Amino acid sequence: MTASDLQHLAPPGETAPPAVEHRIDLAAEYAEAGIADVLERLDRDLVGLAPVKRRVREIAALLLVDRVRQRLGLATQAPSLHMSFTGNPGTGKTTVAMRMAEILQRLGYCRRGHVVPVTRDDLVGQYIGHTAPKTKEVLKRAMGGVLFIDEAYYLYRPENEKDYGQEAIEILLQVMENQRDDLVVILAGYAERMEHFFESNPGMKSRIAHHVDFPDYGSAELGEIAERMLAQWNYRFDPAARLAFNEYITLRRARPHFANARSIRNALDRMRMRQALRLFESGATVDALALTTLTEADVRASRQFSAAAARTLADDERDVDFDPERGTDRIDY
Amino acid sequence: MRITQGCFSFLPDLTDTQITAQVAYCLQQGWAVSLEYTDDPHPRNNYWSMWGLPMFDLADPAGVMQELAACRDAQPEHYIRVNAFDSTRGWETVRMSFIAQRPSVEPGFRLVRQETDGRKLQYRLESYAVQRSPEGERYSA
Repeated sequence: MTASDLQHLAPPGETAPPAVEHRIDLAAEYAEAGIADVLERLDRDLVGLAPVKRRVREIAALLLVDRVRQRLGLATQAPSLHMSFTGNPGTGKTTVAMRMAEILQRLGYCRRGHVVPVTRDDLVGQYIGHTAPKTKEVLKRAMGGVLFIDEAYYLYRPENEKDYGQEAIEILLQVMENQRDDLVVILAGYAERMEHFFESNPGMKSRIAHHVDFPDYGSAELGEIAERMLAQWNYRFDPAARLAFNEYITLRRARPHFANARSIRNALDRMRMRQALRLFESGATVDALALTTLTEADVRASRQFSAAAARTLADDERDVDFDPERGTDRIDY
Repeated sequence: MRITQGCFSFLPDLTDTQITAQVAYCLQQGWAVSLEYTDDPHPRNNYWSMWGLPMFDLADPAGVMQELAACRDAQPEHYIRVNAFDSTRGWETVRMSFIAQRPSVEPGFRLVRQETDGRKLQYRLESYAVQRSPEGERYSA
């Protein structure tokens, strides 16, 4: 007997629990949806982030159970799927959003499962009458998938009452409410500023069901992330370099504008450059081992080590290797 | 007289589900879908009014259906057609076009015979609706 048969059996309007023999194997259901694979990859590919993984698992479980309930004819409110991801830069919000889209698609809550990442610039226009078409165009592109709004709080600029951001928010709210089947919106940004944003836009807060907080990575986790990134690029640390890199992480974490995995990626990029220069200037012939190994010298040449001794304010200013608020570069694990 | 222009025009009017499926096909082919409307359905009237810009980079027909609903709302007694533009080099043209809404009453066309030099006859088509009233009021009851 299939689930659709069950629905026909139930008299209309009656939501009494079906008889005992209509059992559905949740484990089979889980395997059939193919989300086990996505969740497993999420666990395996992302270092740390235990609370986030737990939340994603919870959401996936809720949706799965909801789907089963629906098939049994148990009245369920269509789940609200809009989410907010809060956390410091470089904690993997975009990566998790991509996985979330995949999970939603496998569960049938999202037709295409594509992610359209946007920021304020993509939604808000430059002159009167420019915002609505711009926002609507972005929304149309995101239909059937996930709209990922990075640094969503920039949409709302309380200091300028003529700001067009409010208009974009209103259109967004309308679509979030009326076209829940077509679009899932994920807002992302720093925790405190998102909190402030939600306070000033209660309509937005009430329409977002799932708040996921991304914790900062620990030093050990950052070390592991570095190793995975290097492995992906076919590089590796030699043992001394690995130890030096641990020191580097400790020093770098204490500096301003630390952006978790993104800072690590940038540091590794600079170390690769130093390695390339070192090999180039040594003039010797190189083998595969030399080409893939980052040595202690490559790590120790970082300004973090020299600056650790004598640090001035000017150094701090100079040392900013990226602007986390702009978020132009993204991590791909 | 039922106007037959574009694809599917000899079939019964497409339902919204069918239109969604057709648009999904167009998007799958990588074509950009756009909407146009007119109340002058002369067969040689190629230039209908655009309803917004062509919708590029869509993944799902929901966006098109939303615009179609808005267009129907604004122009309940106009012809509306869905065009799918293929930008592939060598094609660069509309690959598919079909009518998604027609007025409730379509009075049709009159064949006008005009005699010219030497009893020569020239024929042209004239829409009753267009002759009857100015633009915007042609099909409203």
